Amino acid sequence: MGIKMQTSSLSFYYGEKQALANVSLKFREQEITALIGPSGCGKSTFLRTLNRMNDTIPHTRLEGEVLLDNQNIYAPDADVVAVRKKVGMVFQQPNPFPKSVFNNVAFGPRMSGNNQGVSLDEVVEGSLRAAALWDEVKDSLHKSGLVLSGGQQQRLCIARVLAIEPEVILMDEPCSALDPIATLKIEELMQELKKKYTIIIVTHNMQQAARVSQWTGFFLMGELVEYGITRDIFTNPQNKKTEGYITGRFG
Amino acid sequence: MRLSPKTTQKLAWVAIWGSGVITIFILLFIVGYVFANGVSSLSWDFLFMQPAGGLSGEGGISTVIVCTIYLVLLTIAIVTPLGVGAAIYLSEYASDNWITRLARYGVETLAGVPSIIFGLFGFALFVTVLHFNFSILSGSLTLACLLLPTMICVTEESIKIVPRAQREASLALGATKWQTIRHVVLPAALPGIITGIILCVGRAVGETACLYVTLGGSAAMPTSLLSGGRTLSLHLYYLAMDTRAFDKAMATGVILILIIIIINTLTNWLSQRYMARVRGT
Repeated sequence: MGIKMQTSSLSFYYGEKQALANVSLKFREQEITALIGPSGCGKSTFLRTLNRMNDTIPHTRLEGEVLLDNQNIYAPDADVVAVRKKVGMVFQQPNPFPKSVFNNVAFGPRMSGNNQGVSLDEVVEGSLRAAALWDEVKDSLHKSGLVLSGGQQQRLCIARVLAIEPEVILMDEPCSALDPIATLKIEELMQELKKKYTIIIVTHNMQQAARVSQWTGFFLMGELVEYGITRDIFTNPQNKKTEGYITGRFG
Repeated sequence: MRLSPKTTQKLAWVAIWGSGVITIFILLFIVGYVFANGVSSLSWDFLFMQPAGGLSGEGGISTVIVCTIYLVLLTIAIVTPLGVGAAIYLSEYASDNWITRLARYGVETLAGVPSIIFGLFGFALFVTVLHFNFSILSGSLTLACLLLPTMICVTEESIKIVPRAQREASLALGATKWQTIRHVVLPAALPGIITGIILCVGRAVGETACLYVTLGGSAAMPTSLLSGGRTLSLHLYYLAMDTRAFDKAMATGVILILIIIIINTLTNWLSQRYMARVRGT
């Protein structure tokens, strides 16, 4: 598969504190890449550089490049809004808007204002179906998204992302606030979604990384320690630190 | 002597319960007193007749009610967009430097300045320099200056408590900063903004000092923004100080209280309906 997105020598600073050092990583199309590592290792910060979410945090600085289809998204003439439409994001805590289910999903298309002849109803239904939520909410589209269960809320957030027709989906520990059954549903959904999208997931849960991903990157102290095919990382890690982490010696 | 936890628990309960009861009692007493002394003078004539003005205290309050409504509507129409706009600027756009801090400090200080100072300012600027004379326009502009700090503070507080996760969700979906403010931040802050408007309406209806020197006190029916006039509370003041029509002052007070209750109920109802519509039910 082709390379959809890649970073080269990416470093990131919060004020004086360096959070990422020289991270170079490639993400393949229609595959799931998992980023693992202990708390504070920089994996979430790294994920947020991929759709320029860190731009919203004051006093931060970035060095290096992030290429999406070989275009640097941090180039001076890059359009941050266009980048975020191509690189959608699902957050750790389900964060639906305090609006109806329909208006949550319709939010992105309404903001960008181009439906290309497809009606908003169709976009909403299609996105909810793709997020495996349609059957559960089709009779309550105009009820608040906040009355759904946590797992349903997270799938609503995924549907909301799908509605903007992204090419890459970033997931920042999407299941950490969910119970095992809701987690399983999201993981099944990811397998469906990867047929169409490039997915990058940050997870605290190594079993999850092993279950869902084809590629795994291990972060420690802001550095990418090891990167490779998930099976190899988990069965035959090349680096002692990786081995220590996945066998549970620290983290 | 040390009190046992059980005793302190009881004492705290008595103190808290007591202050609640006392507060409600004082409130009911004031409202009850005004109603008891005012209701007897209430009649359709009182509502629909023009006050005689001057020292007589005769007549009704028709022109006063109309003037109050004009003044409140105009004031809110000025103070809401300005206050919300300034609050958005301060909380979302202004960078954290000494100018912003100075502006915020100024806003907070102005919120504590006595209203008669605003009245003198309004008299000097709107009545005299700008030649709006004693008029609803002068009164509204002065009131707007008085209420602006309140509106800004209340709106800014309600914008601040909109969760970061909501803003990030919107930005991550490719919404611009302004779209995020318009479609996510402001709707979530709306209950707070409504509260600010209610506060402002209440203060506008109740304010006398700064209107005393900008509104004129004419008892005639206002015909334009440049007409003078008197609001209910100003009329109440004239009745109580210049005439012997204490019963009519109390009747005016009854109407004033009723109007405030109606406005608050109406605003709450409208905002709940709006929230139900945007949030889904």
